[in-house]
Amino acid sequence: MPKENKKDKKTSFHTQIAKTLTGITGLDEITGGGIPTGRPTLVCGEAGCGKTLVSLEFIVRGALEFNEPGVFMAFEEKAQELAMNVGSLGFNLEQMQKDKKLKIDYVHIDRSEIEETGEYDLDGLFIRLGYAIDSIGAKRVVLDTIENLFAGLTNQGILRAELRRLFQWLKEKGVTAIITGERGDGPSLTRQGLEEYVSDCVILLDHRVINQISTRRLRIVKYRGSIHGTNEYPFLIDEDGISVLPVTSLKLEKEVSSARVSSGILALDKMLGGHGFFKGGSILVSGTAGTGKTSIAACFANEVCNQKKKCLYFAFEESPNQIIRNMHSISIDLKKHVNNGLLEFHASRPTLHGLEQHLVAIHKIIKKFKPSAVVLDPITNLITVGSVSEVKAMLIRLIDFLQEEQITVMFTALTLNTVVSEQTDEGVSSLVDAWILVRDIEFNGERNRGMYIMKSRGMKHSNQVREFIITDKGIDLVEVYLGPEGVLTGSAREAQKLHEQTGQVLRTNAVSMKDREVMRKRKVLEAKIASLQSEFESAEEELNKIYIEEELVKKVSEENRQAMLTMRRGEGASAGKKGGK
Amino acid sequence: MKTKEYKYELRLYIAGKTAKSQTALANLHRYCEEYLEGEYKIEVIDLLVKPQLAEGDQIFAVPTLVRKVPEPIRKIIGDLSNEEKVLVGLNIRPAIKN
Repeated sequence: MPKENKKDKKTSFHTQIAKTLTGITGLDEITGGGIPTGRPTLVCGEAGCGKTLVSLEFIVRGALEFNEPGVFMAFEEKAQELAMNVGSLGFNLEQMQKDKKLKIDYVHIDRSEIEETGEYDLDGLFIRLGYAIDSIGAKRVVLDTIENLFAGLTNQGILRAELRRLFQWLKEKGVTAIITGERGDGPSLTRQGLEEYVSDCVILLDHRVINQISTRRLRIVKYRGSIHGTNEYPFLIDEDGISVLPVTSLKLEKEVSSARVSSGILALDKMLGGHGFFKGGSILVSGTAGTGKTSIAACFANEVCNQKKKCLYFAFEESPNQIIRNMHSISIDLKKHVNNGLLEFHASRPTLHGLEQHLVAIHKIIKKFKPSAVVLDPITNLITVGSVSEVKAMLIRLIDFLQEEQITVMFTALTLNTVVSEQTDEGVSSLVDAWILVRDIEFNGERNRGMYIMKSRGMKHSNQVREFIITDKGIDLVEVYLGPEGVLTGSAREAQKLHEQTGQVLRTNAVSMKDREVMRKRKVLEAKIASLQSEFESAEEELNKIYIEEELVKKVSEENRQAMLTMRRGEGASAGKKGGK
Repeated sequence: MKTKEYKYELRLYIAGKTAKSQTALANLHRYCEEYLEGEYKIEVIDLLVKPQLAEGDQIFAVPTLVRKVPEPIRKIIGDLSNEEKVLVGLNIRPAIKN
């Protein structure tokens, strides 16, 4: 065997090893194309973790989808039991056996019936298996669980040698095989150390219960000669079989779109640079209880559907009918979109599954419905089934997936405290492209809603706080009043408006009064000026009168003196001459 | 011969004429002659020739000796080298040693 492995390793460096698709959703992506062709693969895990189902689905899918018949050698369950167990998954094993696509061979080992004496080998098993393979031309083989041989037989030396021979023989047969093994208590993967023999590909299944919620996980422990995903991937068993979710995309190389999607609220679109969100972006709407997060989400869903695009609404709190009824009250008619098939509701309690299973379920529904927008309302409730970091991890993967698919997603989140924190409770704020915060503004004996855009990557956005009002006609945003007394909303804002109007009237009134006063003042002054003018004239006249009188007196006295001189004559004449001088 | 009811009906499954199957067959004949003379029938089935028979008797190891009659069915695997075990396994009391 070691020699063989060396050879395998050498060749695999040159050529990609051949792989066989399992047909199990997601597993082929993790393994990069399936399990190694013509070699055995070990699937191990604890009891009840889904080993049998994984291996059976490998056989069934192989037969149905890839036309590769398979042999299922069961050491634990009888053929009928197996058929019944997977009947609920829609696998009709009996029909497939009739069609020669499948052969189930039940190997019954009962220690009480068996006595061992001396040397033996497992050729009987080889022959049975060989016969089964040849009878239907099988390409796939499952041995479930071969470790049961150890329970039935005591001679471990022979068993181990024979197992080694069996796996070698399987390789020679060229069949792709899955061997299941139960996980033991020790550090080894299987109770009997089967991993020693099957060293090409080992897949470990796990079933963990955390906080009363169980999650199944799958991990590729090793895959010789091939690249593979190394993480633990959650998987889900449902009516379609197994779905594994290769959730963490390692690269950040997503396609981006610069197309815009309207939020359904005109004023909000305006705040977001006039066009709304980016297509394929993620939007977080967070706020305290009763702030209208669901209304915003419903408005968005409504808008998407109005654009004749599909929308998925995951409700974790309310039932679809409840949402439809409630939204009807703000004249958003979701019912008609549901009837048109544009809108689909998926309501489930968060505690229904573990987080990962929620993710797988969401994944599946999205893949099926192919919506252009998704609403999750609210993500906060998921906290009840996982820790914050788990929820964050889940949402990262969900956002990743949605962005890859170019699906716009809107989350709503409930913030528990009234203080606006920079971080939502789920810690997803750093992941989202746009974050809209709705908060209560309590003032003046009433509670109003305020909305602002905390962030919006890659677009110009308003930094205003707007008042967010829900009316019979829908949602609208109005500008809040930012006065000297702070932010005013609601009736306080209305009162302030009225107040301002009154002020305006009063002011205009005051202005006209002042004007009249001025006029009056002017009149008074003008009157005063006139009286002063007349006073001045009279004073001037008075002054002029004195002057003229003086002139007159002077003139008269001169004349009188002349007259006197003339009267005196002679003397008077000379005297007059002298006096004339 | 066919219609005769034997007390013991035994089947030995082998896969080809290997050393182990030869040993087993020889041992079986010896024990039967010694303890069950005239009361037994041995059927040897070579699975290389008739592989389809392996499933019916739930054979996975060879050689396997199956006691069909009397009921219940008992199986002894190995080359039957341990006489004591074979006799106990087949529920045959070693009469002479009693």
